[in-house]
Amino acid sequence: MSDKNEKTNAPAPEQKETYSLNDDRRVKVLSPGALVAKRFFRNTLSVVGLVMLIVMFVFSFVGGFISPYGEDEIFYTYTDMKKNYVSATENKVFRYQSADGQSFSSTLQAKFQLAYNQKKDSFEYQGVNYDVEELGKDFYAISANGTELAIAYQDIVNAPDDGDAVSYAVKRAALQAYTNGENSFSLDGRTYKIDKDSNVTLGGKDIAYISRFIVQAAEPGINITREFKERLEDAINNKDEEFRFTDESGEEAVYALEYKPDSMTWNILQDKSTYVKDTYGAPSKAHLLGTDGNGMDMLTRLMYGGRVSLVIGFIVVFIAAFLGVLFGGISGYFGGWVDNLIMRIVDVFYCIPSTPLIIILGAAMDAMQVEPRIRMLYLMLILGFLSWPGIARLIRGQILSLREQEFMTATEACGISIPRRIFHHLIPNVIPQLIVICTMDLGSTILTEATLSFLGLGVKFPFASWGNIINDVNNSFVMTNYWFIWIPAGICLLITVLGFNFIGDGLRDAFDPKMKR
Amino acid sequence: MRKFILKRLALSVLILFCVTFIIYLIMRCLPGSFVESRAIQLSTAPGAKPYEEWLAQLNAMYGLDKNIFAGYFSWVKDFFTGNFGESWKYTVPVVEKFNDTVWLSFIMGAISFFFEIIIAVPLGVIAATKQYSRTDYAISTFALIGISLPSFFFATLLKLFFSVKLGWFDLVGLVSRNYNQLTPFGQFMDKANHLVLPIVTLTIVSIGSLMRYVRTNMLEVLNADYIRTARAKGLSERKVIYHHAFRNTLIPLVTIIGGSLPGLFSGALITEQMFGIPGIGYASYYAMVIGDIPFSMFYLTFLAVLTLLGNLISDILYAVVDPRVRIA
Repeated sequence: MSDKNEKTNAPAPEQKETYSLNDDRRVKVLSPGALVAKRFFRNTLSVVGLVMLIVMFVFSFVGGFISPYGEDEIFYTYTDMKKNYVSATENKVFRYQSADGQSFSSTLQAKFQLAYNQKKDSFEYQGVNYDVEELGKDFYAISANGTELAIAYQDIVNAPDDGDAVSYAVKRAALQAYTNGENSFSLDGRTYKIDKDSNVTLGGKDIAYISRFIVQAAEPGINITREFKERLEDAINNKDEEFRFTDESGEEAVYALEYKPDSMTWNILQDKSTYVKDTYGAPSKAHLLGTDGNGMDMLTRLMYGGRVSLVIGFIVVFIAAFLGVLFGGISGYFGGWVDNLIMRIVDVFYCIPSTPLIIILGAAMDAMQVEPRIRMLYLMLILGFLSWPGIARLIRGQILSLREQEFMTATEACGISIPRRIFHHLIPNVIPQLIVICTMDLGSTILTEATLSFLGLGVKFPFASWGNIINDVNNSFVMTNYWFIWIPAGICLLITVLGFNFIGDGLRDAFDPKMKR
Repeated sequence: MRKFILKRLALSVLILFCVTFIIYLIMRCLPGSFVESRAIQLSTAPGAKPYEEWLAQLNAMYGLDKNIFAGYFSWVKDFFTGNFGESWKYTVPVVEKFNDTVWLSFIMGAISFFFEIIIAVPLGVIAATKQYSRTDYAISTFALIGISLPSFFFATLLKLFFSVKLGWFDLVGLVSRNYNQLTPFGQFMDKANHLVLPIVTLTIVSIGSLMRYVRTNMLEVLNADYIRTARAKGLSERKVIYHHAFRNTLIPLVTIIGGSLPGLFSGALITEQMFGIPGIGYASYYAMVIGDIPFSMFYLTFLAVLTLLGNLISDILYAVVDPRVRIA
């Protein structure tokens, strides 16, 4: 009827003046639904809530398609990491090499060490007398009965990277010259030269080099070149903290030196870019809200998290509303012992402490290692099953008063069947209250789910949920340093729940004109 | 009245039986329970008995070898003889652990409840008297934000600003490191200092519903006929609101406040856990997570009793405060 009036009104507004005072058409007639809508939209808070919810819905459900990344797509990045490269030690112990065809056992080595410590020039072992001859600084030759058995030295003669092993004779001569500060020596009629870098050359060709440092690779696969060693030695002698070095493949890197006094070694750390998961990456153009602890795009996680939170909310409330309307309707309409029984069940459910119970169930699912997808399903069922009693109580109360009203007597008089009476005449009258309580419940369900996921007992990785995103703050380093991980998720949660509450509040006032608001 | 109370009490006991049975059933049926994980742990020790033997021994030790009904009845029997068992996690009698922790929770709850009332009631009244004004919108929004705020998020925000950025409070715990060196007054102040943020969290998170309740009831009263009469006879607005309207709002208010008194003992699970306050919520959280049946049963039963008690108190208060209410 109202539609008809408006249609006739619209084309000829000038006729309005001719209507008589009590003409119906002077009054704009609105349907009850339109009245509710009008009251709803007049309320600033509910409109704000509506806008908030629309934004969050678009963000969660459309955002996932717009975002170029997947829910659990992991991003990698290059980062400069200091890795142990080599370690260098200054040699402080004697090394021995026995002469060709001779042997110098470890017992003799120990005896020599003893003699060295006591500054003796001979020692005896098993009736044999051994002579110690100092050939240079920290360089000794040991002989018995006039035959040279071995040399003991601290400066190490290394063969070049691509050269042959150094023979005993050359080694001995080179060390003798080196430890006495000479820069050349001759052996078998050939002249060897020792340059200032301690290279031993023969006719311009490197045959060995002498160094006090032992350089060891920190992990297999590191090839320590001669040049690197020299560079390192210079750095240690100059007491540099770091140096640059370009290796044979042309890669330049910075090496940092770290002296460990307890083991008297230098650790050389290589600053090298490594390919790693981009964890806790700061917000950038590619990742507007940075990346999380698993190297996933935060904004995309938030979108999918919103989807999970909202879908769980809707399904839980749907289950609760279905059970609530069913049991509340039966209880209210039939009354008597049915009502009594159902209401006592409701009382029992009311009394069960739900949060602790869900925590216990969540912990049990953890122990059973339930698959995350199945777990989500269980979570919805549990939450839905625990929250129907509130709705049932409300519906029952409404129906109890409605069924005594005249229109119900009229339906009875008309001979309408019982199911039709309940579902066509009673239930439509409780829809307003049902919508209000469901809207409010949506907010509180999302909060409960978020709390559980926050505790690690709700939605689990790889699925995102706003609650389990905030879970990262249990690590106080993340809480302090990476605001972009948890603050946006909390704000999304707040906006959504607030939106549902604003709308629920607005709807309640709109449906109940007696309260005006 | 007495008959009503007795009837309600009898019903409450019946409900309590059902609730405890359901909880017991759930706890017993859950796999991966405390005993099983304990048996796995014990059987992996070198030279230990096999898993099955340990399981059988532990089940017998913890009284889990009976079937569920027999187990439940022996639990009920123990419960009524005051034997609540020993906590598996804390390895002390349940009552002892409960006594150690519940008072802290109660103090926290009581202080935040006090603040809730002294903030929520005036604000609710103001919002109702200035309906539709900017003040009303601000207060309503504040109340709804309080309801919608996830407590763990709010607690973290507080921690970030006041503990990390400003450094006024410690991040977690009830006492500082130098607690033992402090004077008794210093120790008291130290604890008080650590309780500030948890109490603020509790207050803000739960203030909203009380505020809205006050506002709704005040609006209802302000629409009543006797208020119109009071205005018509020329009373000042002040007198109308604070003498006539507010006193009538007190009826539902006293009921709901009385009803929530038992809840002060229930502890705040999330907040206590966030701030590491060793209250009943904190203790029971860790007991529940590892499946400590005696402690969880006791705590859940305790919560159920508190709920029933709260309902009973608010029903009785309703009849006591409002003479118009007749209890059948």
